[in-house]
Amino acid sequence: MTDIATYNFAYLDEQTKRMIRRAILKGIAIPGYQVPFASREMPMPYGWGTGGVQVTASIIGPDDVLKVIDQGADDTTNAVSIRAFFRKVANVAVTTDTATATIIQTRHRIPEHPLTAGQVLVFQVPIPEPLRFLEPRETETRKMHALEEYGLMHVKLYEDIAKHGRIATTYAYPVKVEGRYVMDPSPTPKFDNPKMHRSPALQLFGAGREKRIYAVPPFTDVVSLDFEDHPFEVQTFDQPCALCAAENVYLDEVILDDHGGHMFVCSDTDHCEKRRADGHRGHLAPETHTVPGTHPASEKMEPAQ
Amino acid sequence: MPTPLVVSDVAKSFTMHLRDGINLPVVAGVSFSIKAGECTVLGGPSGAGKSSILKMLYGNYAVDEGQIIVMHEDGLVDLAHASPRTVLAIRRQTIGYVSQFLRTVPRVSALDVVAEPLVERGEEREAARDKARALLAKLNLPEKLWALPPATFSGGEQQRVNIARGFITAHPILLLDEPTASLDATNRDVVIELIAAKKAAGVALLGIFHDHEVREAVADRIIDVTAFAPGKLAA
Amino acid sequence: MTDEPLLRVAALSKFYGSRVGCDNVSFDLWPGEVLAVVGESGSGKTTLLNCLSTRLLPSSGTASYRMRDGQFRELYRMSEAERRFLMRTDWGFVHQNPADGLRMTVSAGANVGERLMAVGDRHYGKIRATAVDWLSRVEIDEDRIDDEPRAFSGGMRQRLQIARNLVTGPRLVFMDEPTGGLDVSVQARLLDLLRGLVTDLGLAAIVVTHDLAVARLLSQRMMVMKDGRVVESGLTDRVLDDPRAPYTQLLVSSILQV
Repeated sequence: MTDIATYNFAYLDEQTKRMIRRAILKGIAIPGYQVPFASREMPMPYGWGTGGVQVTASIIGPDDVLKVIDQGADDTTNAVSIRAFFRKVANVAVTTDTATATIIQTRHRIPEHPLTAGQVLVFQVPIPEPLRFLEPRETETRKMHALEEYGLMHVKLYEDIAKHGRIATTYAYPVKVEGRYVMDPSPTPKFDNPKMHRSPALQLFGAGREKRIYAVPPFTDVVSLDFEDHPFEVQTFDQPCALCAAENVYLDEVILDDHGGHMFVCSDTDHCEKRRADGHRGHLAPETHTVPGTHPASEKMEPAQ
Repeated sequence: MPTPLVVSDVAKSFTMHLRDGINLPVVAGVSFSIKAGECTVLGGPSGAGKSSILKMLYGNYAVDEGQIIVMHEDGLVDLAHASPRTVLAIRRQTIGYVSQFLRTVPRVSALDVVAEPLVERGEEREAARDKARALLAKLNLPEKLWALPPATFSGGEQQRVNIARGFITAHPILLLDEPTASLDATNRDVVIELIAAKKAAGVALLGIFHDHEVREAVADRIIDVTAFAPGKLAA
Repeated sequence: MTDEPLLRVAALSKFYGSRVGCDNVSFDLWPGEVLAVVGESGSGKTTLLNCLSTRLLPSSGTASYRMRDGQFRELYRMSEAERRFLMRTDWGFVHQNPADGLRMTVSAGANVGERLMAVGDRHYGKIRATAVDWLSRVEIDEDRIDDEPRAFSGGMRQRLQIARNLVTGPRLVFMDEPTGGLDVSVQARLLDLLRGLVTDLGLAAIVVTHDLAVARLLSQRMMVMKDGRVVESGLTDRVLDDPRAPYTQLLVSSILQV
């Protein structure tokens, strides 16, 4: 306990947390609306998820169980660092198991395992403004949101179809929340957009550098923008996961050697490992001797100390 | 015969602000009327104000004093004090005008220049073009010119386009400002024929014709404009 | 022709501190009518245009617009949302510099289609077909539909801007020096095009120009402005052929004859 005594619980001071909680509450009250907040300097650079970390720090309590993923993986630098950070400054239990986590902070993915009521998904957001690339003036984009002038969003999709014959936007695909605000779902692949629709979990979005927080409360309509003759579609993969043979999940390409060898595997590492533990095997899965039903060594729940 | 246009006590002068505001009186005490089915001709030497009178009757020149009463859409309107919108309506429905020179518009064909007044009055474009073709043929304008903008036409060709444009509609009043000035004898006769047809149709015509022959052929009445010289009023 | 004007302007004034932008301007504009506002730079004609198009709020005076339901609405009492909706549906604004009125980094087709999408069109094929139709009406080849206006000449950009404005069938279009900065031959083509569109669509327009030839060709009525005030107004040909005010006489006598 000695090393955390120098910090307030979860790093941020209580006044800051109250300020951020107010922003979160406002965001929940106005689904999809970007609430400005006084983003703090965090002990990590912008772009590493400072927005998400501040949101998590403001809502986390001693009894929470935290999972952190980066592009679906629990074991990449960003995820490991943030998990370690909260273990250190809040001494909370951490896990890689989607189902047992109460708070999941994520960069660019929504877990494959369906979320349930009571869970909170915290997104790290680099650029919260979906209109930004077409309209550089903040004063103008705010006005456009206020007046629900979203024709410009379809201009972007129109350009996609004109250039590529189809809507080529694959991530940060704009959505309309509860029939009102157009929202950037952060750079998640559009594969995950349908998971946001009427999700039982609370979804919070934090953009540290841009100083914005927004939210999608549980069971809220989240509709991906499209055209009548070019309806929204998610990515499909023509092969299952090479390790766990999962279909209808989001796959990452992994380069195996410098001779062009590659494989497609689940981007959600927790999901993949659980499936393999349950005996599912893809065509490139290594010969291991795990007993079906037991969890692999890499997946663990670390309780608070 | 009805009297669709009555001019009473009209005066006009130009104030030249760029020349120390000197005032140039043009006409004063202009009073006359024209009758349907007749061609009235304004007579008098150059500079007597014939063209100015015609332009006032078309709303092209402002009127200093007096009234110009026009029978327009079953009512009487004082053109001298009418709003621009009313003047436009009078031009569209009641008073037609053949100016001395054609004002051309870039890229609009001779045929459409002629058909335009009919289209403005609500005729179908193709029906209007048919009438325009007939009229241009009658005026002996070579068919190969019809599709070209008249900007590059000769003076006589432009004038024929201008005449066709003025005569194509059924305005009850038609003002003619030297329509035959640059025409050869054949086409002059065509114009005389067109004027006769207008008279037969009950149109009240008012014109300026320097050409003695044409004047003799068409005039029912000649009004001597020198009677309206500004000095005379004081006398 | 209806018996009611489309726009009623009464005693409109705009002051910038103690300087006069425009002073006590009143007029009515009817459907299908083109009004030219002429005057030299600084005469207040652009201030007037910006006030009328609600891009600027006047210091005093009123402007009422007859909405499609026939009701007059006071422009400066409308909410911003209503005004912006009006501006992208029932009105158009053609800027002197096309870059101010176009999105230079999206394709010509999207520039034309934006207003349609803004009012809720969600069928790509139909939006594109409408864009093709409008490009042809402003004489831009269909195969340029996916090019950005950055790759267009000045005249083409201006024509694209016009198409972008007219695609929703507005009833009133504001134009600020629409032919300014174009070569003479390009100007003539544009003027002819505008003239045809205005007649065919029955548009009402307020055209600000310092070019009297443009005023004569496009407008039926004109207002001459000097130092923020209207010094003369009337039928365009009357004002140009029989100018009464000293300043109008100066303007008309200053035209170069070709």
